[in-house]
Amino acid sequence: MRGRSLNAVHDGYTYLDHAATTPMRADAVAAMLPFLTEQFANPSGSHRFARQVRKAIDEARDDVADVLGCRPGEVIFTSGGTEADNTAIFGTLDRCGGLALCPAVEHHAVLQAVEARRGRVIGVDAAGRVDLEALATSLDDVSVVSVMAVNNEIGTITDIAEVAAVVRRVAPQATLHTDAVQAACWLDLRALTPHVDLMSLSAHKFGGPKGVGVLVARGRSVIAPMLVGGGQERERRSGTHNVAGIIAMASALRATDQQRSDENARVAALRDVLVDDLQEQLDDVHETVDRAHKVAGSAHVCIDGIENEALLYLLDEAGVCASAASSCASGAMEPSHVLAAIGVPNERARGALRLTLGRTTTADDIARATTVIVEAVRRLRKGAPS
Amino acid sequence: MALSGGVDSSVAAAELVAAGHHVVGITMRLWGGDSDTGCCSVADVDDARRVAQQLDIDHLVFNFSEDFNKHVVDPYVRAHSQGLTPNPCIECNRHLKFDRLSERADLLGFDAIATGHHARIDLVGNRYFVHRGADPVKDQSYVVHMLPQRELRRTMFPVGNMTKAEVRTKAAALGLRTAAKPDSQDVCFITQTGGRETFLGARIPFRTGTVVDTAGAVLGEVPAIEMITVGQRRGIGLPGGGPKRYVTAIDQTTATIVVGSDKDLDDFEMSVDDVVWADQPHVGNVMVQCSAHGAAMPAWLDGDTVRWRSSQRRVAPGQSVVFFDAGDRYVLGGGIAR
Repeated sequence: MRGRSLNAVHDGYTYLDHAATTPMRADAVAAMLPFLTEQFANPSGSHRFARQVRKAIDEARDDVADVLGCRPGEVIFTSGGTEADNTAIFGTLDRCGGLALCPAVEHHAVLQAVEARRGRVIGVDAAGRVDLEALATSLDDVSVVSVMAVNNEIGTITDIAEVAAVVRRVAPQATLHTDAVQAACWLDLRALTPHVDLMSLSAHKFGGPKGVGVLVARGRSVIAPMLVGGGQERERRSGTHNVAGIIAMASALRATDQQRSDENARVAALRDVLVDDLQEQLDDVHETVDRAHKVAGSAHVCIDGIENEALLYLLDEAGVCASAASSCASGAMEPSHVLAAIGVPNERARGALRLTLGRTTTADDIARATTVIVEAVRRLRKGAPS
Repeated sequence: MALSGGVDSSVAAAELVAAGHHVVGITMRLWGGDSDTGCCSVADVDDARRVAQQLDIDHLVFNFSEDFNKHVVDPYVRAHSQGLTPNPCIECNRHLKFDRLSERADLLGFDAIATGHHARIDLVGNRYFVHRGADPVKDQSYVVHMLPQRELRRTMFPVGNMTKAEVRTKAAALGLRTAAKPDSQDVCFITQTGGRETFLGARIPFRTGTVVDTAGAVLGEVPAIEMITVGQRRGIGLPGGGPKRYVTAIDQTTATIVVGSDKDLDDFEMSVDDVVWADQPHVGNVMVQCSAHGAAMPAWLDGDTVRWRSSQRRVAPGQSVVFFDAGDRYVLGGGIAR
């Protein structure tokens, strides 16, 4: 079953961009279909059809809460990770005043929200983990701290329990948010939730559909809504529910949770083969972050003597889907703020390649990708002006 | 195929596809700052991508903004601080389109590079030269004059044989979304609202310039000598009325601007630096063009000296000076006015 649905559509392609998005789980697609067809009612309505849909939403909320280890009432359905992140920052500041703080490697959905409100951005270590000493001394007037659980570019895991210990000790009144968008496939979310007040998830990163996500808002957190109107989600997020998306997300989250432990072992082994083989067959391939500090699906390397824009073109031509840093709205590649923050020199960052594995990745994919990447890098290095 | 998101490159791409070439559309992201001049914006990249989709060709965006800053924006600012009048579009062609992009194309295994310029490449004998485009009003051979044989051999200008009207008609017939898009104007990294003064003012300190006449008598002053160009008449801090007076020279070291009558701007010869040739260096009769839309005038070219057949208005130092053959049909080479 594994990977078949993807390869049926993209025969001959190797998809190593799971951090950008994941192929949808077949069960999640099946779960959403009735809500795109006969179960079309608005769950906020008062008739029987509305009640049927409302029941499905309530059950989905129970499922999500179970996997996240929180109460159903603490689950706010959003349009995705960006809305959840923005709401965590803006919503807390609007209610509590004060300043927002985050490390420099956060996803732009957090970083730009913090910067937009003139918050504090603090440094990280060479692996991309927040500097706990800087954190402890930067918490004056801070009402919301946002630290990602797993970095989307380099895969680094931050120990949120450690972060929480510092925040609770130094600034007990502050709200702690974690962007767990890249964590869902790899970390036990039940173990993460108790340490934070707010947590963001995005369905399409774990086999669900795009356009739906979760903001967990636990007991003591207070957030102003970003969207007002119909009063859905206990007035914390108005707007008619994305019913099919929510149902499919719950299905995908449950399946992800059940398979997580096996998948971690399987995918880590594939990732290790991929990076080891690249380093064996090519000189000057630098693993950006030590594997001990990152999630199983992440293989981030910097390859000397090439430019990643050119490499990605050749990989694309050969049917290997990968990425470099984050893309801007125009589709142009922008220099990575994450690599800059962890001290990777600009020259080396030009050769950054992000390969992210996931549920559909097979040993064949890895063998094929290795062959293609090695050939492309050799070709570019040969042709590069000296 | 360099796809800017404008109508010329859209039609150029369509022509190549119709001719059976395997075409990949490339949009270069060059300027990262503000722009309102219809170039380099996200909306233009959108247009380029939509045209590529319509033509069923791949579309990529290459981010060359670092090179653009290094080779175009920084030299532009530096030139102004030295009292020169640079032509950044030409430097962009020289360093980005026909250097960075062409190097990347080599690396990726492309056989040819195409752009939407209104110019033609043809053989004269067994050598290639940039010829004037079919549309005399839109001819852009001046801005692509720097191409050496190596580039000329594998560069294509698919709309060079068409007039602008034909390009637009073709675009409309193909239903391309860019058919009625206005031509891009001015320098892409300078906003129309802020202008050159805002752009330069944010990057270099302006110095007050003393305005003197040809005899050295002080007439007034200007707030920013960096904003002054040889040949300029307005905005030099002189009261209205009286004879028309023009900037005839700028002395950066003493921050002095000399003004005189239009007769004082007449030159019989000029010197040119950094000359590049399409083929061999040329000595003899040439037609010389000194601005993007100016007429070419006859001259005798001898080394780095242009001797005008009849006196010509002084060319602002920093401007590109392009040599055409005596018949004014194709580019021999060009350089920068000293």
